[in-house]
Amino acid sequence: MISHFLKLEWKQFVRSATFGKSIALKILMGFFALYFIVTFLAIGVGGYFILKKEFPDSDPLQLVNSYLLFAILGDLIFRYLMQKLPIMNIKPMLTLPIKKSKLVHYVLRKSSFSFFNIMGLFFYIPFAVVLIKEGYNTAGVLGWLFTMILIIQSANFLNFIINKNNIALGVIGTILLSLIGLQKFDIVDVVGYGGQIFDAIYANPIYSIVGVVVLVVLYQLNYKQLRNQVYLDAAVADKVEEANTSDMTWADKLGDIAPFIKNDMRLIWRNKRTKTVFMMSFLFLFYGLIFFTNPLIIEKMPIMFIFAALFVTGGFTLNYGQFIPAWDSSHYKMLMSQSFRYRKFLESKWFLMVAMTVILYFLSIPYIYFGWDIFLMITAGAIFNIGFNSLFLLYAGSFNRKRIDLTKGGFSNMQGTSATQFLIVLPIMGIPMLLFWGFKALISFNAGIIAIAVVGILGLVLKNYIMNFIEKKYIKDKYAMINAFGKEA
Amino acid sequence: MITIDTISKKYGKAEVLNVDSIKIPTGQSFGLVGNNGAGKTTLFNILLDLIRPTTGAITNNNIVVNQSEAWKNFTGSFIDESFLIGYLTPEEYFDFIGDLRGMNKADVTSFLSQFNEFFNDEIIGKKKYLRDLSKGNQKKAGIVAALMGNPQVVVLDEPFANLDPTTQIRLKAIIKKLTENREITVLVSSHDLTHVTEVCERIVVLDKGNVVKDIETSTETLQELESYFSV
Repeated sequence: MISHFLKLEWKQFVRSATFGKSIALKILMGFFALYFIVTFLAIGVGGYFILKKEFPDSDPLQLVNSYLLFAILGDLIFRYLMQKLPIMNIKPMLTLPIKKSKLVHYVLRKSSFSFFNIMGLFFYIPFAVVLIKEGYNTAGVLGWLFTMILIIQSANFLNFIINKNNIALGVIGTILLSLIGLQKFDIVDVVGYGGQIFDAIYANPIYSIVGVVVLVVLYQLNYKQLRNQVYLDAAVADKVEEANTSDMTWADKLGDIAPFIKNDMRLIWRNKRTKTVFMMSFLFLFYGLIFFTNPLIIEKMPIMFIFAALFVTGGFTLNYGQFIPAWDSSHYKMLMSQSFRYRKFLESKWFLMVAMTVILYFLSIPYIYFGWDIFLMITAGAIFNIGFNSLFLLYAGSFNRKRIDLTKGGFSNMQGTSATQFLIVLPIMGIPMLLFWGFKALISFNAGIIAIAVVGILGLVLKNYIMNFIEKKYIKDKYAMINAFGKEA
Repeated sequence: MITIDTISKKYGKAEVLNVDSIKIPTGQSFGLVGNNGAGKTTLFNILLDLIRPTTGAITNNNIVVNQSEAWKNFTGSFIDESFLIGYLTPEEYFDFIGDLRGMNKADVTSFLSQFNEFFNDEIIGKKKYLRDLSKGNQKKAGIVAALMGNPQVVVLDEPFANLDPTTQIRLKAIIKKLTENREITVLVSSHDLTHVTEVCERIVVLDKGNVVKDIETSTETLQELESYFSV
């Protein structure tokens, strides 16, 4: 039976939308995964030596131990926000001759191997290995490591018992905050007491038995709770969101494109992935800080500033624009059977990108702090995003042939990504960087900035003409898009 | 008047549709029946210019559908759930379609009030997104949206599937009323022989892309169809 389940899991993984179909994407994601694993391993292996070097007076293990309590509570909050029991997977099996208890055990045990539980091990295991190598008591270290694993697993099951209960979150948060407070104001030496608990386990590994008992109890509680809820109207129920509606009558002022604008704003706000894109565009505002505060870049590669300047105001345009019109892929057929000028659909997308760029530009005003040169660069970048990039992304969108399923999650969802997305980066980033580089070398810094702005203004001036061209391209590719968007991603 | 002229559709070597000629006069209620893969949806998709025919052309009220888009102004359609926008509430969806079809908010409200019975209190004011409605309720919303803006031609693919018996009966009444004045042409496809024979005055049977029967509905039609399909 387990082998059946495992086969299903494997297929689910290999065939998932996130995993993608194109080989280039798989390689890229493989690199990302590798990068994270290596980073964690490096912290695990190097952690001991870094601590030893930074705090030569204290013992690295004791140092780690003293802050473990905070880490555990933090982990619980993180899990509460992010981790969910994958109970829906068993829905198709409820009517098959499999005992419910088996299904529940399966779901629970499977959760033991979730990403949240594995991640920490990349730190704890290499750290423990280094400890043993450095001459720590082997039994003690192993007992300590065993306890860490038990704690991770207990946190895993405790989280499911809490199960999105906001009161519990409040309690954990309060405990964490008050511990920090007690420590900060020297009322209780939390770090000291916390450390003593884990030091004691290292000294007497037999204490780790307590962890086993806790884990077993939590598992049993979880099992009992879940076993009674394996019904379509209980744990295995589809979550139905309550709709929050707003009229958005204010958008009617926009005239012809108003229905599409309203629709797009609802699209962005009511779907996970688009919401992530929207939120991320505000994070991109801070992207410049990485570059503008780094003296090395100022000296060596001022051209990288252009790169950053474009991102500061272009977060939305770039992330949203590159998937036009795939956002509408699920109902593209319907749109194509309605009577409206295609132009209006495109205009509304353009308006949205421009409006967001303008908003982000105003929010970027504090960058003046880093000097007028920087702010001028951001200004030129904003003009380029408005004039050139928004139109270019609309045009590039006509090459999109990958369906996006809006109901799928937001983070690290690569659905809809194809070679188009990699190719469009070249003109979008390359042109302004080249312009700046060329004009700065030939004339001056200001000339470089003006050149970028001029291209943007040119795009704005010629907008109608370019839009006609883009519209024709979309109409020409209509059937290919309908066909491609109709296919399951 | 809809004219289907030597329409065929091939995917590679496989021919999925080959219709010589069908003329549907204005005001006719036209039924399309056939087993899975007979080409019903393909024919409707070509009529709506959602896929291109390999040969031939369809003319919808003197407009060749893949040459001009003017037919969209008087054609309402519902093919499947992909015609719905999942993240909108039904009200917002109706407003959106109404906007595109030149109706203002008051028009939409008064239009929808005719369908209170059809909706059976399950569509309006439920605070649910379309994606969270049941299949049947999604269909109700889609069908009503297809009727917005006084269309002269209404195309419904499998409108009876997933509907509860009461709604099926109500839908039949709606379709009959549409063609009452002989101004609106209604095209319906269905797997359910009883329903089509009841609402359609003419029934065309497709089999593997070919027209095998073209009958004017009479009292014997149901029997004729049943005996045809029972082989």
